[in-house]
Amino acid sequence: MPDLGPLWLSLTLASITTVILLLVGTPLAWWLSGTRSRVKPFVESVTALPLVLPPTVIGFYFLIALGPASPIGSFWMRATGDALTFSFSGLVVASIFYSLPFTVQPLQSAFESIGRAPLEAAASLRAGPLDTFFSVVVPLTLRSFMAAAVLTFAHTIGEFGVVLMVGGNIPGKTKVISIAIYEHVETLNYADAHLLSAGLLLFSFAVLFVVYAFMRGHRVSLR
Amino acid sequence: MSASAESAPVLSIKAGITYPGFTLDVDQELVLSRSVGLFGASGSGKSTLLRVIAGFEKEARGRVGYDGECWQDSDRNDFLPAWRRPVGFVFQDTRLFGHRDVAGNLRFAASRGTPGGAPVELGDVVAAFDLQALLSRRVEALSGGERQRVAIARTLLSRPRILLLDEPLAALDTGRKSDILPYLESLPDRFGIPVIYVSHAIEEVARLCDRVIVLSQGRIAGTGNTTDVLNHLGIHAQQSPLGQVAVIDAKVVEQLAEFQLTRLDHFGQFFVVPTLTHLSVGSQVRLSIRASDVAIATEAPRGLSVRNILRGTLAGIELHPNSAFALVSIDIGNTMLKAELTRHAVEELQLRAGMPVFALVKTASFDHRR
Repeated sequence: MPDLGPLWLSLTLASITTVILLLVGTPLAWWLSGTRSRVKPFVESVTALPLVLPPTVIGFYFLIALGPASPIGSFWMRATGDALTFSFSGLVVASIFYSLPFTVQPLQSAFESIGRAPLEAAASLRAGPLDTFFSVVVPLTLRSFMAAAVLTFAHTIGEFGVVLMVGGNIPGKTKVISIAIYEHVETLNYADAHLLSAGLLLFSFAVLFVVYAFMRGHRVSLR
Repeated sequence: MSASAESAPVLSIKAGITYPGFTLDVDQELVLSRSVGLFGASGSGKSTLLRVIAGFEKEARGRVGYDGECWQDSDRNDFLPAWRRPVGFVFQDTRLFGHRDVAGNLRFAASRGTPGGAPVELGDVVAAFDLQALLSRRVEALSGGERQRVAIARTLLSRPRILLLDEPLAALDTGRKSDILPYLESLPDRFGIPVIYVSHAIEEVARLCDRVIVLSQGRIAGTGNTTDVLNHLGIHAQQSPLGQVAVIDAKVVEQLAEFQLTRLDHFGQFFVVPTLTHLSVGSQVRLSIRASDVAIATEAPRGLSVRNILRGTLAGIELHPNSAFALVSIDIGNTMLKAELTRHAVEELQLRAGMPVFALVKTASFDHRR
């Protein structure tokens, strides 16, 4: 029986990342869907970078940006007494950036697709912007919130390159399941590699299946 | 009249907005007494003006003020957002919330609404718009007319001080229209909220509005009381179909219950129309009469089924050379009726201006249920 620590570490990392990204990505996606600002293309490009860059490039820059010599890294060191690189906190920071498009893009296109009509209707009934967001926009785009959460979670579970660069392979801290599998294969421990891989495969499939099945029965109309 | 002219609030609009190929430029002090019609062809800027009033057009130049408050002033960078204006907006496409049932849509408005707005009770509105049976229905399951009733009720429940209606009947067929019209007609008096009603249908404006503003290519082309403005239009806008309608003020003199007819007096000449049940003897009505529903006789006709025979003087003939038709104006005392005749008939009857004629209008042409 292989050590299940990496599995729990992966699940914890993905859960924390998903929660934080929903909190951060939702206002960002809302802003992008409505703004006519000139910086919009810039922000959109930065958001989409993780889709095109090799994870090693992202990991490399994070390693430098979060290192103890960097302003962020040294600030973190002074504030918490711990380094950001080769730590679980560093993995969370890197994952948030790495999975950002998987939260922002589905939400942004959902917000754009409902258009101005329901927002104007709500405003004409004296609902303020925040009220409108929670009582009209969220119910109308619930399906996309589900999709964004699942995609973000799944993408973070599947992370390998960035984790390896920023976190290395420290059991209990940064050794997530994909790294553990890689290590088992490298040491020719195929039995454990099989177990963890199959476990991850089944788990991912089960999560996706439950969500898709749920969304099928839960029709959310846009008008 | 529920609101007298002195106490009625004034909406002052001096605003413009430019889109590719269209400019709205309006300067108007609008006294909000009872019901004002915004009338014009599609693309004349009616809806845009309504959106400026509601606060949906932040890019508009100029200023919008209501009853001494400034809602918008581009020079001072002032803008009161739509949700803080005491304006109710009924959209042509209703914009009901699909994630809520009918009751949920109504409660959405009732639980928010204009602070200090006129009290409008859920129960009253449900009764006034016959919504009891629809309350638990999903929005998708409603017919077009039902949706529009729910939309108007929802807007009323937000307790607006002004009610803007953007072509609420445009998407409905004729039958549905006549189902909704009585509800619209009763709005200003029943709920005491002044109404601005946008439409490109002359019959709707004639029936629902006391005053009319005519928009043409983004500018105000005329304003005044409904009868004057619409008849004036008729003389000067022959090329459009709206030119071929006459609008007539009349007074109810008798209800002929047995025949389901109402007799109306127009300065000593009488009309008979299908029963107007909601009107009592002595009340004023406005009729719109299409030129295509009017025929002409040079002698007093006898043995004829047509109930409305009006004495008049032929005022003018306009021949339309590239068609079979001519438009004839008949002065029936205080109003100009119009008749669309064939050029053949004009020639054979030897019609000319100044001769006495009889204008004939079938009662069925007043039946809005057709």
